[in-house]
Amino acid sequence: MSDFIARRPVWSLVIIFAVGILVWLVFSVWTPGLEAVLGRKRVFLSALFNGITLGALYFLVASGFTLIFGLMRNVNLAHGSLYLFGGYLGYSVGNLTGSWLLALLAAFIVVGVVGVLMQVLLFRWMEGQDLRQTLVTIGLSIIFADLLLWNYGGDTFQVTAPDWLSGPVQLPFVVALRGNGEAVMMIYPFVRIAILIGAIIVGVLMWLALNRTRVGMLVRAGVDDRDMLSATGVRVQLVFVMIFAFGAGLAGLAGVIGGTFQSLQPGEDTKILLSSLVVVIVGGMGSIPGAAIGALIVGLAEQFGSVYMPTYAVMLTFIIMVAVLAVRPQGLAARR
Amino acid sequence: MAIADLNLEQRARPRESFPTWLARRGTAFWVVGVLLLAMPALASSFWLVQIIAYSMILGLVALSLMFLAGYGGIVSLVQMTVAAFAGYLVAILGDSAISQISLHWPWWMAAPVAILVATLFGTLCGALSVRTEGIYTIMITLAIASAFYYLTLQNYTVFNGFSGFNGVKPPVFLSIDWGQNLPFYYLTLACSILAYGTVVYVARAPFGLALQGTRDNPRRMAALGFDVVAHRIAAYSFASFIAACAGVLLVWYQRQISPGTAGVGPVVDMLIIAVVGGLSRPIGPFIGALIYVLLRTFSLDMLEGVGLDGKRYQLVIGLGFLVIVLFSPDGLIGIWQRLRERYRRGSDARDAGMRVGGGAP
Repeated sequence: MSDFIARRPVWSLVIIFAVGILVWLVFSVWTPGLEAVLGRKRVFLSALFNGITLGALYFLVASGFTLIFGLMRNVNLAHGSLYLFGGYLGYSVGNLTGSWLLALLAAFIVVGVVGVLMQVLLFRWMEGQDLRQTLVTIGLSIIFADLLLWNYGGDTFQVTAPDWLSGPVQLPFVVALRGNGEAVMMIYPFVRIAILIGAIIVGVLMWLALNRTRVGMLVRAGVDDRDMLSATGVRVQLVFVMIFAFGAGLAGLAGVIGGTFQSLQPGEDTKILLSSLVVVIVGGMGSIPGAAIGALIVGLAEQFGSVYMPTYAVMLTFIIMVAVLAVRPQGLAARR
Repeated sequence: MAIADLNLEQRARPRESFPTWLARRGTAFWVVGVLLLAMPALASSFWLVQIIAYSMILGLVALSLMFLAGYGGIVSLVQMTVAAFAGYLVAILGDSAISQISLHWPWWMAAPVAILVATLFGTLCGALSVRTEGIYTIMITLAIASAFYYLTLQNYTVFNGFSGFNGVKPPVFLSIDWGQNLPFYYLTLACSILAYGTVVYVARAPFGLALQGTRDNPRRMAALGFDVVAHRIAAYSFASFIAACAGVLLVWYQRQISPGTAGVGPVVDMLIIAVVGGLSRPIGPFIGALIYVLLRTFSLDMLEGVGLDGKRYQLVIGLGFLVIVLFSPDGLIGIWQRLRERYRRGSDARDAGMRVGGGAP
């Protein structure tokens, strides 16, 4: 952190300044003049929170995506299909058992197993052939998409959240002042906050596992130099399978979560895949902190875009991507 | 550093004249050539336009991808986007049923400007993605392609949003209505032959050879003094020009254009077409396109014929693609070449065996 400030004083200043403005916007009571420029504070705050929670979802998907890429140089273009598959599966299990947690667990395990099958049956036989692996995942995504369409049809599904997750909570942010000077607090769906907390926990655990455990050490070594790692006698294939299972499982998990506060339908797979592509391009391929930064940026850009410039909301994310590519082609948080 | 500055023995070889070049072609060349020229006499208008002309148009787009991927090692997914952009420009600049947006330029202004601007757009995309390699290129071009898709979907002032443009008619000139089946077929055929010939020529020209050098070993080419980035951007320009021409034909063929033309599905379909046909030769994309169009058109009947749900053609296409990618990285062209080699080796062995058996000198 201090390292970053020392290396890039100007950028740090800009970031600190921007964060300061944001904090002030969140906590202050808006004057009528400010509301005239930025619209109502309620809208601004909900865009901010929706952006952050959407970023949490993107982080869950993109961290699995980027982990698989970082270790295996495998752009899994079927990652969006895994997300959608997990979502549908969670919907079915949730309907069958009535338990949301069970749906989450089932999606994580089953999609993880699918990931293992993909790794063992397909990718192991074409190691180092990036293009061929990518093409295979494209083929897989087409097949998955059609199988899911076959099984679930073109309808929109929503996973029902459990009782303890549903309902609104009051947040300590003043949205507006009533005529008598009484403050109106912000009310926000609890599900989204729980998801944000969950994503942060997953992110921190992943960071700890990668940086503080032996397996994490192996994974990081594999990301840096796969051949050297296998030369030291580590069973690299086992590490690969584990990572693929974990990354795919995260996508399945995210599918259930996405199905809880958004919806599931055909085409959602490509949408999520594109979002995670942009997230990892912005953040830097193969980097977990990069996925977090990228997910936050993309989520915020999408939500603020849809509030303040609805026609070009999706374009905004791509403009950010292009800008990052032009300035820092390796991504914001990549080490290279 | 000049782009076309490769002094190889290619130059030293005396240039053969066109008749000798023709005389060296094999039987397949003549059969296919005569078949294509005489097709209107053999096929119904449905086959002529819906199947063959459409395959050739898709083949042209896939050809531009094949040029980049096969000779430059750049797998770009924006080629379909470039084509769709050219199509949109024809509709916007020229005539369409959406008269409040269309500018009603005459076709001889609209089409060249569309091709030019779309080529520029493709070059820009190339300049943006060319610093990256391999899978990064796929990801970035895919992201650009989907950005364009969402732009056309959400922008109503220029791209007319979800509904796009309809009523785009092919021009009438030399007192021929080029929208008629027969002229349109020959128009696409002429464009395909021209593009195919140009790709074959460019691949052997100094520029193409240098491009293949940058594909095989960019560092060595850079050390030799070639500007690798400039070569790749130039390759994008050339490929985008072909794709843009195909886009003009496409909008004339469909008579309409909408965001669906530039969606993620068609973008990936182009990659499928090029890979299934084979990325090693310029004829591959056309074969792939023909198979793709045939599958799309007839899979419903075929699937129902064997007692399956006719809606599952995506599954068939996906499975077929997967099988080909898994077993033949060179696509159908690769399978064909392997079969031919095996046959040749087999007959050679037979000849040898006969010589030994017959006790020939």
